[in-house]
Amino acid sequence: MKGLYLERDTPLHRLPPEVKIAAMVSATVIVVVTPREALWAFAGYAVLVAVIAAIGRVPAGWLAKRSLVEVPFVLLALALPFLAAGEQVTVLGLEVSRDGLYGGFNILAKGTLGVLLSLILAATTTTRDLIVGLDRLRCPQILTQIATFMLRYLSVLGGEARRMRIARISRGDDPRFLWQVRGFATGVGALFLRAFERGERVYLAMVARGYEGRMPAAWLAAGAATRNHWLAAATVPVAAAAIAGTAVILG
Amino acid sequence: MEAVALHISNGVLNGPVSAIYGVIALVALAYCVSRGRRDLDDRLAPMAGLVAAFIFAVQMLNFPVLPGVSGHLLGGAMAALLVGPWVGALCVSVVLIVQALVFADGGVTALGANVANMALLGTAVAYLLIALLLRVLPRTPTGLGITAFVSSVFAVLAASQGFVLQYALGGTTDLEHYSLGAIAGLMAGTHLLIGIGEGLIAAVTVVTVARTRPDLVYALRGLKRPQPATAQGVAA
Repeated sequence: MKGLYLERDTPLHRLPPEVKIAAMVSATVIVVVTPREALWAFAGYAVLVAVIAAIGRVPAGWLAKRSLVEVPFVLLALALPFLAAGEQVTVLGLEVSRDGLYGGFNILAKGTLGVLLSLILAATTTTRDLIVGLDRLRCPQILTQIATFMLRYLSVLGGEARRMRIARISRGDDPRFLWQVRGFATGVGALFLRAFERGERVYLAMVARGYEGRMPAAWLAAGAATRNHWLAAATVPVAAAAIAGTAVILG
Repeated sequence: MEAVALHISNGVLNGPVSAIYGVIALVALAYCVSRGRRDLDDRLAPMAGLVAAFIFAVQMLNFPVLPGVSGHLLGGAMAALLVGPWVGALCVSVVLIVQALVFADGGVTALGANVANMALLGTAVAYLLIALLLRVLPRTPTGLGITAFVSSVFAVLAASQGFVLQYALGGTTDLEHYSLGAIAGLMAGTHLLIGIGEGLIAAVTVVTVARTRPDLVYALRGLKRPQPATAQGVAA
Protein backbone atom coordinates (compact mmCIF):
# COMPACT_ATOMS: atom_id res chain seq x y z
CA MET A 1 0.00 0.00 0.00
CA LYS A 2 1.88 3.02 -1.25
CA GLY A 3 -0.64 5.77 -0.67
CA LEU A 4 0.27 8.99 -2.42
CA TYR A 5 3.97 9.09 -1.47
CA LEU A 6 6.33 10.75 -3.96
CA GLU A 7 9.91 9.56 -3.76
CA ARG A 8 12.09 12.69 -3.34
CA ASP A 9 14.93 13.92 -1.19
CA THR A 10 13.89 17.33 0.14
CA PRO A 11 14.00 19.01 3.58
CA LEU A 12 10.24 18.36 3.82
CA HIS A 13 10.68 14.63 3.16
CA ARG A 14 13.46 14.44 5.76
CA LEU A 15 11.39 16.06 8.55
CA PRO A 16 10.20 13.51 11.15
CA PRO A 17 6.56 12.52 10.51
CA GLU A 18 5.22 13.62 13.91
CA VAL A 19 6.12 17.29 13.39
CA LYS A 20 4.63 17.24 9.88
CA ILE A 21 1.32 15.83 11.17
CA ALA A 22 1.19 18.41 13.97
CA ALA A 23 2.00 21.27 11.56
CA MET A 24 -0.58 20.11 9.01
CA VAL A 25 -3.39 19.71 11.56
CA SER A 26 -2.72 23.04 13.29
CA ALA A 27 -2.42 24.94 9.99
CA THR A 28 -5.71 23.39 8.79
CA VAL A 29 -7.45 24.43 12.02
CA ILE A 30 -6.22 28.02 11.56
CA VAL A 31 -7.49 28.05 7.96
CA VAL A 32 -10.89 26.71 8.98
CA VAL A 33 -11.45 29.18 11.84
CA THR A 34 -10.53 32.17 9.65
CA PRO A 35 -13.65 34.34 9.19
CA ARG A 36 -14.93 33.89 5.67
CA GLU A 37 -15.10 37.65 5.06
CA ALA A 38 -11.29 37.91 5.41
CA LEU A 39 -10.77 37.32 1.71
CA TRP A 40 -7.10 38.39 1.66
CA ALA A 41 -6.15 35.75 4.20
CA PHE A 42 -7.10 32.98 1.76
CA ALA A 43 -4.84 34.45 -0.92
CA GLY A 44 -2.05 34.49 1.67
CA TYR A 45 -2.71 30.84 2.57
CA ALA A 46 -2.57 29.90 -1.11
CA VAL A 47 0.90 31.48 -1.38
CA LEU A 48 1.97 29.66 1.81
CA VAL A 49 0.75 26.31 0.42
CA ALA A 50 2.59 27.00 -2.86
CA VAL A 51 5.83 27.72 -0.97
CA ILE A 52 5.53 24.49 1.06
CA ALA A 53 4.78 22.48 -2.08
CA ALA A 54 7.84 24.00 -3.76
CA ILE A 55 10.07 23.08 -0.79
CA GLY A 56 8.77 19.51 -0.93
CA ARG A 57 9.06 19.50 -4.76
CA VAL A 58 5.44 18.37 -5.10
CA PRO A 59 4.38 19.17 -8.71
CA ALA A 60 1.40 21.50 -9.14
CA GLY A 61 -0.16 19.22 -11.77
CA TRP A 62 0.01 16.26 -9.41
CA LEU A 63 -1.67 18.33 -6.66
CA ALA A 64 -4.37 19.50 -9.06
CA LYS A 65 -5.13 15.96 -10.22
CA ARG A 66 -5.25 14.51 -6.71
CA SER A 67 -7.42 17.29 -5.32
CA LEU A 68 -10.22 16.03 -7.61
CA VAL A 69 -11.26 14.21 -4.43
CA GLU A 70 -12.96 17.49 -3.71
CA VAL A 71 -15.19 17.66 -6.78
CA PRO A 72 -18.52 16.94 -5.01
CA PHE A 73 -17.83 19.83 -2.65
CA VAL A 74 -16.98 22.14 -5.55
CA LEU A 75 -20.42 21.34 -6.97
CA LEU A 76 -22.00 22.19 -3.61
CA ALA A 77 -20.03 25.46 -3.54
CA LEU A 78 -21.15 26.40 -7.04
CA ALA A 79 -24.77 25.58 -6.27
CA LEU A 80 -24.96 27.41 -2.94
CA PRO A 81 -25.27 30.99 -4.29
CA PHE A 82 -28.45 29.91 -6.10
CA LEU A 83 -29.91 27.78 -3.32
CA ALA A 84 -29.21 29.74 -0.15
CA ALA A 85 -31.62 32.03 1.66
CA GLY A 86 -31.15 35.66 2.67
CA GLU A 87 -30.23 38.97 1.05
CA GLN A 88 -29.97 38.79 -2.74
CA VAL A 89 -27.23 40.55 -4.70
CA THR A 90 -26.60 40.82 -8.44
CA VAL A 91 -23.32 39.43 -9.75
CA LEU A 92 -22.64 39.39 -13.51
CA GLY A 93 -26.35 39.89 -14.12
CA LEU A 94 -27.39 36.93 -11.97
CA GLU A 95 -29.54 37.18 -8.86
CA VAL A 96 -27.69 35.26 -6.17
CA SER A 97 -27.78 35.08 -2.41
CA ARG A 98 -25.03 36.98 -0.59
CA ASP A 99 -24.96 34.36 2.16
CA GLY A 100 -24.77 31.60 -0.44
CA LEU A 101 -21.95 33.38 -2.26
CA TYR A 102 -19.91 33.62 0.92
CA GLY A 103 -20.91 30.09 1.90
CA GLY A 104 -19.83 28.68 -1.43
CA PHE A 105 -16.54 30.56 -1.29
CA ASN A 106 -16.06 29.40 2.30
CA ILE A 107 -16.46 25.71 1.43
CA LEU A 108 -14.40 26.03 -1.74
CA ALA A 109 -11.47 27.92 -0.19
CA LYS A 110 -11.25 26.04 3.11
CA GLY A 111 -11.91 22.67 1.51
CA THR A 112 -9.27 23.21 -1.19
CA LEU A 113 -6.62 24.50 1.22
CA GLY A 114 -7.29 21.58 3.59
CA VAL A 115 -7.04 19.03 0.79
CA LEU A 116 -3.80 20.61 -0.48
CA LEU A 117 -2.21 20.54 2.99
CA SER A 118 -3.21 16.88 3.45
CA LEU A 119 -1.91 16.01 -0.01
CA ILE A 120 1.47 17.63 0.68
CA LEU A 121 1.73 15.64 3.91
CA ALA A 122 0.82 12.41 2.10
CA ALA A 123 3.22 13.17 -0.77
CA THR A 124 6.21 13.72 1.54
CA THR A 125 5.56 10.98 4.13
CA THR A 126 5.22 7.23 3.61
CA THR A 127 2.20 5.57 5.17
CA ARG A 128 4.52 3.59 7.44
CA ASP A 129 6.10 6.83 8.67
CA LEU A 130 2.66 8.39 9.21
CA ILE A 131 1.77 5.59 11.61
CA VAL A 132 5.14 5.92 13.36
CA GLY A 133 4.40 9.65 13.66
CA LEU A 134 0.95 9.02 15.14
CA ASP A 135 2.54 6.57 17.59
CA ARG A 136 5.11 9.16 18.66
CA LEU A 137 2.29 11.70 19.13
CA ARG A 138 0.95 9.30 21.82
CA CYS A 139 -1.90 7.98 19.68
CA PRO A 140 -3.22 4.90 21.57
CA GLN A 141 -1.36 1.78 20.52
CA ILE A 142 -4.53 -0.11 19.69
CA LEU A 143 -5.32 2.47 16.98
CA THR A 144 -1.84 2.44 15.44
CA GLN A 145 -1.91 -1.35 15.55
CA ILE A 146 -5.22 -1.54 13.67
CA ALA A 147 -3.91 1.06 11.19
CA THR A 148 -0.67 -0.89 10.63
CA PHE A 149 -2.56 -4.09 9.89
CA MET A 150 -5.14 -2.31 7.79
CA LEU A 151 -2.48 -0.92 5.43
CA ARG A 152 -0.70 -4.29 5.34
CA TYR A 153 -3.88 -6.28 4.69
CA LEU A 154 -5.13 -4.01 1.92
CA SER A 155 -2.56 -5.59 -0.37
CA VAL A 156 -3.38 -9.06 1.02
CA LEU A 157 -7.06 -8.45 0.13
CA GLY A 158 -6.13 -7.15 -3.32
CA GLY A 159 -3.85 -10.11 -3.96
CA GLU A 160 -6.48 -12.65 -2.90
CA ALA A 161 -9.13 -10.94 -5.05
CA ARG A 162 -6.79 -11.13 -8.04
CA ARG A 163 -6.02 -14.81 -7.44
CA MET A 164 -9.73 -15.66 -7.10
CA ARG A 165 -10.54 -13.80 -10.32
CA ILE A 166 -7.82 -15.68 -12.20
CA ALA A 167 -9.16 -18.94 -10.71
CA ARG A 168 -12.68 -18.11 -11.94
CA ILE A 169 -11.50 -17.15 -15.42
CA SER A 170 -9.32 -20.23 -15.76
CA ARG A 171 -12.40 -22.35 -15.03
CA GLY A 172 -14.33 -20.88 -17.93
CA ASP A 173 -16.03 -17.90 -16.25
CA ASP A 174 -15.97 -15.03 -18.74
CA PRO A 175 -18.08 -12.18 -17.34
CA ARG A 176 -18.36 -8.80 -19.05
CA PHE A 177 -19.24 -5.37 -17.74
CA LEU A 178 -21.71 -5.47 -14.80
CA TRP A 179 -21.95 -9.26 -14.68
CA GLN A 180 -18.43 -9.32 -13.26
CA VAL A 181 -20.03 -8.13 -10.03
CA ARG A 182 -21.94 -11.40 -9.69
CA GLY A 183 -18.86 -13.56 -9.47
CA PHE A 184 -17.35 -11.14 -7.00
CA ALA A 185 -20.50 -10.90 -4.86
CA THR A 186 -20.90 -14.65 -4.47
CA GLY A 187 -17.23 -14.95 -3.60
CA VAL A 188 -17.00 -12.05 -1.19
CA GLY A 189 -17.33 -14.25 1.90
CA ALA A 190 -14.70 -16.66 0.61
CA LEU A 191 -12.43 -13.72 -0.22
CA PHE A 192 -12.74 -12.44 3.34
CA LEU A 193 -11.93 -15.83 4.86
CA ARG A 194 -8.96 -16.49 2.57
CA ALA A 195 -7.57 -13.04 3.26
CA PHE A 196 -8.07 -13.56 6.99
CA GLU A 197 -6.28 -16.88 7.04
CA ARG A 198 -3.35 -15.47 5.10
CA GLY A 199 -3.36 -12.38 7.32
CA GLU A 200 -3.44 -14.53 10.46
CA ARG A 201 -0.34 -16.40 9.25
CA VAL A 202 1.40 -13.07 8.62
CA TYR A 203 0.45 -11.92 12.11
CA LEU A 204 1.63 -15.13 13.81
CA ALA A 205 4.92 -14.94 11.90
CA MET A 206 5.36 -11.39 13.19
CA VAL A 207 4.56 -12.45 16.77
CA ALA A 208 7.06 -15.31 16.47
CA ARG A 209 9.72 -12.74 15.51
CA GLY A 210 9.10 -10.60 18.56
CA TYR A 211 6.23 -8.30 17.51
CA GLU A 212 4.44 -6.92 20.58
CA GLY A 213 2.09 -4.37 19.10
CA ARG A 214 4.51 -1.68 17.93
CA MET A 215 6.75 -1.54 14.90
CA PRO A 216 10.48 -1.21 15.74
CA ALA A 217 10.68 2.23 14.10
CA ALA A 218 8.19 3.58 16.65
CA TRP A 219 10.14 2.70 19.79
CA LEU A 220 13.65 3.20 18.42
CA ALA A 221 14.73 6.72 19.32
CA ALA A 222 16.61 7.16 16.02
CA GLY A 223 14.83 9.57 13.71
CA ALA A 224 12.59 11.06 16.39
CA ALA A 225 12.01 14.79 16.22
CA THR A 226 14.45 17.19 17.87
CA ARG A 227 13.75 20.74 19.02
CA ASN A 228 15.02 22.10 15.69
CA HIS A 229 12.61 19.90 13.76
CA TRP A 230 9.71 21.18 15.83
CA LEU A 231 10.83 24.79 15.31
CA ALA A 232 11.17 24.27 11.55
CA ALA A 233 7.70 22.74 11.28
CA ALA A 234 6.17 25.40 13.54
CA THR A 235 6.91 28.04 10.89
CA VAL A 236 3.90 26.79 8.89
CA PRO A 237 1.15 27.30 11.50
CA VAL A 238 2.88 30.47 12.76
CA ALA A 239 2.91 31.91 9.25
CA ALA A 240 -0.74 30.93 8.80
CA ALA A 241 -1.66 32.58 12.10
CA ALA A 242 0.23 35.73 11.07
CA ILE A 243 -1.68 35.84 7.77
CA ALA A 244 -5.00 35.36 9.57
CA GLY A 245 -4.18 38.03 12.15
CA THR A 246 -3.08 40.56 9.53
CA ALA A 247 -6.14 39.97 7.37
CA VAL A 248 -8.57 40.28 10.29
CA ILE A 249 -6.93 43.51 11.59
CA LEU A 250 -6.58 45.15 8.16
CA GLY A 251 -9.81 43.76 6.69
CA MET B 1 -11.94 8.47 -8.69
CA GLU B 2 -12.07 8.07 -4.99
CA ALA B 3 -14.59 10.76 -4.18
CA VAL B 4 -15.54 12.34 -0.89
CA ALA B 5 -18.69 10.83 0.38
CA LEU B 6 -20.53 11.04 3.66
CA HIS B 7 -17.11 12.35 4.59
CA ILE B 8 -17.55 15.98 5.50
CA SER B 9 -14.91 18.35 4.15
CA ASN B 10 -13.25 21.28 5.93
CA GLY B 11 -15.48 24.36 6.06
CA VAL B 12 -18.86 22.66 5.57
CA LEU B 13 -19.65 22.75 9.28
CA ASN B 14 -18.85 25.83 11.36
CA GLY B 15 -16.10 26.01 13.97
CA PRO B 16 -18.06 25.47 17.22
CA VAL B 17 -20.00 22.47 15.92
CA SER B 18 -16.82 20.89 14.50
CA ALA B 19 -15.10 21.46 17.84
CA ILE B 20 -17.98 20.02 19.89
CA TYR B 21 -18.11 16.92 17.72
CA GLY B 22 -14.34 16.67 17.95
CA VAL B 23 -14.57 16.56 21.75
CA ILE B 24 -17.46 14.06 21.68
CA ALA B 25 -15.52 11.81 19.30
CA LEU B 26 -12.35 12.06 21.39
CA VAL B 27 -14.11 11.15 24.65
CA ALA B 28 -16.06 8.29 23.07
CA LEU B 29 -12.95 6.95 21.33
CA ALA B 30 -10.98 7.06 24.58
CA TYR B 31 -13.71 4.89 26.13
CA CYS B 32 -13.67 2.53 23.14
CA VAL B 33 -9.87 2.26 23.46
CA SER B 34 -10.10 1.26 27.13
CA ARG B 35 -12.85 -1.30 26.43
CA GLY B 36 -11.29 -2.49 23.18
CA ARG B 37 -7.92 -3.22 24.80
CA ARG B 38 -9.52 -6.01 26.81
CA ASP B 39 -11.01 -7.53 23.66
CA LEU B 40 -7.95 -7.35 21.44
CA ASP B 41 -6.17 -10.69 21.73
CA ASP B 42 -4.07 -12.66 19.26
CA ARG B 43 -7.14 -13.70 17.34
CA LEU B 44 -8.85 -10.33 17.21
CA ALA B 45 -5.80 -8.23 16.27
CA PRO B 46 -5.42 -9.57 12.71
CA MET B 47 -9.22 -9.71 12.39
CA ALA B 48 -9.50 -6.02 13.33
CA GLY B 49 -6.85 -5.15 10.72
CA LEU B 50 -8.63 -7.14 8.04
CA VAL B 51 -12.05 -5.69 8.91
CA ALA B 52 -10.55 -2.19 8.66
CA ALA B 53 -8.93 -3.04 5.30
CA PHE B 54 -12.23 -4.49 4.05
CA ILE B 55 -14.16 -1.38 5.11
CA PHE B 56 -11.51 0.82 3.53
CA ALA B 57 -11.89 -1.01 0.21
CA VAL B 58 -15.69 -1.04 0.38
CA GLN B 59 -15.93 2.70 1.17
CA MET B 60 -14.49 3.51 -2.25
CA LEU B 61 -17.91 2.80 -3.83
CA ASN B 62 -19.84 6.07 -3.96
CA PHE B 63 -23.35 7.14 -4.91
CA PRO B 64 -24.45 10.78 -5.45
CA VAL B 65 -27.28 12.23 -3.30
CA LEU B 66 -27.23 16.02 -3.73
CA PRO B 67 -24.66 18.34 -5.22
CA GLY B 68 -21.85 18.00 -2.71
CA VAL B 69 -23.31 15.10 -0.84
CA SER B 70 -22.85 11.48 -1.79
CA GLY B 71 -23.15 8.31 0.17
CA HIS B 72 -21.14 5.14 0.40
CA LEU B 73 -21.01 1.86 2.23
CA LEU B 74 -19.95 2.25 5.87
CA GLY B 75 -19.20 -1.20 7.26
CA GLY B 76 -19.98 -0.39 10.89
CA ALA B 77 -22.48 -3.24 11.27
CA MET B 78 -20.09 -5.80 9.86
CA ALA B 79 -17.32 -4.54 12.12
CA ALA B 80 -19.61 -4.79 15.17
CA LEU B 81 -20.54 -8.37 14.25
CA LEU B 82 -17.01 -9.58 13.62
CA VAL B 83 -14.90 -7.72 16.18
CA GLY B 84 -17.44 -6.31 18.63
CA PRO B 85 -18.70 -2.77 19.16
CA TRP B 86 -15.58 -1.31 20.80
CA VAL B 87 -12.92 -2.58 18.43
CA GLY B 88 -15.43 -2.18 15.59
CA ALA B 89 -15.85 1.55 16.27
CA LEU B 90 -12.06 1.85 16.44
CA CYS B 91 -11.70 0.06 13.09
CA VAL B 92 -14.07 2.47 11.34
CA SER B 93 -12.32 5.43 13.04
CA VAL B 94 -8.92 4.24 11.86
CA VAL B 95 -10.27 4.02 8.32
CA LEU B 96 -11.51 7.62 8.56
CA ILE B 97 -8.27 8.92 10.13
CA VAL B 98 -6.09 7.25 7.49
CA GLN B 99 -8.36 8.51 4.71
CA ALA B 100 -8.07 12.05 6.05
CA LEU B 101 -4.28 11.94 6.50
CA VAL B 102 -3.16 9.79 3.59
CA PHE B 103 -5.78 10.38 0.91
CA ALA B 104 -7.05 13.87 1.85
CA ASP B 105 -10.54 12.34 1.92
CA GLY B 106 -12.66 14.15 4.51
CA GLY B 107 -11.46 17.29 6.24
CA VAL B 108 -9.13 17.03 9.21
CA THR B 109 -11.23 19.53 11.18
CA ALA B 110 -14.40 17.60 10.33
CA LEU B 111 -12.85 14.34 11.52
CA GLY B 112 -14.78 14.54 14.80
CA ALA B 113 -18.08 14.91 12.97
CA ASN B 114 -17.23 12.10 10.56
CA VAL B 115 -16.17 9.78 13.37
CA ALA B 116 -19.33 10.62 15.33
CA ASN B 117 -21.59 9.72 12.38
CA MET B 118 -19.95 6.71 10.87
CA ALA B 119 -17.85 5.12 13.60
CA LEU B 120 -19.84 5.90 16.74
CA LEU B 121 -23.50 6.37 15.76
CA GLY B 122 -23.47 3.75 13.00
CA THR B 123 -21.70 1.10 15.05
CA ALA B 124 -23.74 1.80 18.20
CA VAL B 125 -27.08 1.47 16.40
CA ALA B 126 -25.83 -1.65 14.64
CA TYR B 127 -24.67 -3.30 17.85
CA LEU B 128 -27.88 -2.55 19.75
CA LEU B 129 -29.85 -4.17 16.93
CA ILE B 130 -27.43 -7.10 16.76
CA ALA B 131 -27.71 -7.73 20.50
CA LEU B 132 -31.51 -7.62 20.24
CA LEU B 133 -31.96 -9.63 17.03
CA LEU B 134 -29.53 -12.40 17.95
CA ARG B 135 -31.65 -13.08 21.02
CA VAL B 136 -34.95 -13.01 19.15
CA LEU B 137 -34.08 -14.75 15.88
CA PRO B 138 -33.33 -18.48 15.57
CA ARG B 139 -29.65 -19.32 15.89
CA THR B 140 -29.21 -20.40 12.31
CA PRO B 141 -27.18 -18.97 9.44
CA THR B 142 -30.41 -17.40 8.17
CA GLY B 143 -30.98 -15.71 11.52
CA LEU B 144 -27.44 -14.37 11.53
CA GLY B 145 -27.79 -13.20 7.94
CA ILE B 146 -31.02 -11.34 8.72
CA THR B 147 -29.33 -9.76 11.75
CA ALA B 148 -26.42 -8.56 9.61
CA PHE B 149 -28.76 -7.21 6.96
CA VAL B 150 -31.18 -5.36 9.25
CA SER B 151 -28.47 -3.88 11.45
CA SER B 152 -26.55 -2.65 8.38
CA VAL B 153 -29.61 -0.91 6.94
CA PHE B 154 -30.41 0.91 10.18
CA ALA B 155 -26.77 1.77 10.93
CA VAL B 156 -26.39 3.45 7.54
CA LEU B 157 -29.70 5.32 7.96
CA ALA B 158 -28.68 6.51 11.43
CA ALA B 159 -25.30 7.74 10.19
CA SER B 160 -26.92 9.68 7.33
CA GLN B 161 -29.37 11.34 9.72
CA GLY B 162 -26.42 12.16 11.99
CA PHE B 163 -25.04 14.29 9.16
CA VAL B 164 -28.42 16.03 8.72
CA LEU B 165 -28.43 16.88 12.43
CA GLN B 166 -24.91 18.29 12.19
CA TYR B 167 -25.82 20.36 9.18
CA ALA B 168 -28.90 21.69 11.00
CA LEU B 169 -26.74 22.63 14.01
CA GLY B 170 -23.78 24.12 12.22
CA GLY B 171 -24.07 24.15 8.45
CA THR B 172 -22.18 27.20 7.21
CA THR B 173 -25.00 28.18 4.84
CA ASP B 174 -28.80 28.10 5.07
CA LEU B 175 -30.48 26.46 2.14
CA GLU B 176 -33.71 27.98 0.89
CA HIS B 177 -34.93 25.51 -1.67
CA TYR B 178 -34.06 22.46 0.33
CA SER B 179 -35.65 22.46 3.77
CA LEU B 180 -34.07 20.31 6.46
CA GLY B 181 -36.90 17.83 6.09
CA ALA B 182 -36.20 17.55 2.38
CA ILE B 183 -32.49 17.00 2.99
CA ALA B 184 -33.28 14.40 5.62
CA GLY B 185 -35.65 12.66 3.21
CA LEU B 186 -33.15 12.67 0.35
CA MET B 187 -30.38 11.36 2.55
CA ALA B 188 -32.64 8.68 4.01
CA GLY B 189 -33.86 7.58 0.58
CA THR B 190 -30.42 7.14 -0.93
CA HIS B 191 -28.99 5.62 2.18
CA LEU B 192 -31.82 3.10 2.35
CA LEU B 193 -30.59 1.78 -1.01
CA ILE B 194 -26.96 1.94 0.14
CA GLY B 195 -27.94 0.19 3.36
CA ILE B 196 -29.58 -2.64 1.41
CA GLY B 197 -26.42 -3.09 -0.66
CA GLU B 198 -24.24 -2.97 2.42
CA GLY B 199 -26.60 -5.34 4.25
CA LEU B 200 -26.26 -7.95 1.49
CA ILE B 201 -22.45 -7.73 1.52
CA ALA B 202 -22.34 -7.89 5.33
CA ALA B 203 -24.79 -10.82 5.47
CA VAL B 204 -22.91 -12.89 2.86
CA THR B 205 -19.55 -12.22 4.50
CA VAL B 206 -20.61 -12.84 8.08
CA VAL B 207 -22.58 -15.99 7.26
CA THR B 208 -19.62 -17.45 5.35
CA VAL B 209 -17.27 -16.68 8.23
CA ALA B 210 -19.73 -18.09 10.79
CA ARG B 211 -20.13 -21.33 8.81
CA THR B 212 -16.41 -22.08 8.54
CA ARG B 213 -14.86 -20.29 11.51
CA PRO B 214 -17.64 -19.50 14.05
CA ASP B 215 -14.91 -18.77 16.60
CA LEU B 216 -14.09 -15.61 14.64
CA VAL B 217 -17.52 -13.98 14.96
CA TYR B 218 -17.48 -11.78 18.06
CA ALA B 219 -21.27 -11.40 18.23
CA LEU B 220 -21.70 -15.17 18.61
CA ARG B 221 -19.25 -15.46 21.50
CA GLY B 222 -21.40 -14.38 24.45
CA LEU B 223 -24.47 -16.17 23.17
CA LYS B 224 -23.14 -19.69 22.85
CA ARG B 225 -21.66 -20.01 26.29
CA PRO B 226 -24.49 -19.20 28.74
CA GLN B 227 -26.95 -21.83 27.52
CA PRO B 228 -25.22 -24.57 25.56
CA ALA B 229 -27.53 -27.21 27.06
CA THR B 230 -30.79 -25.58 25.93
CA ALA B 231 -29.41 -24.76 22.50
CA GLN B 232 -28.48 -28.41 21.99
CA GLY B 233 -31.75 -29.55 23.50
CA VAL B 234 -33.71 -27.53 20.96
CA ALA B 235 -31.57 -28.84 18.16
CA ALA B 236 -32.02 -32.42 19.32
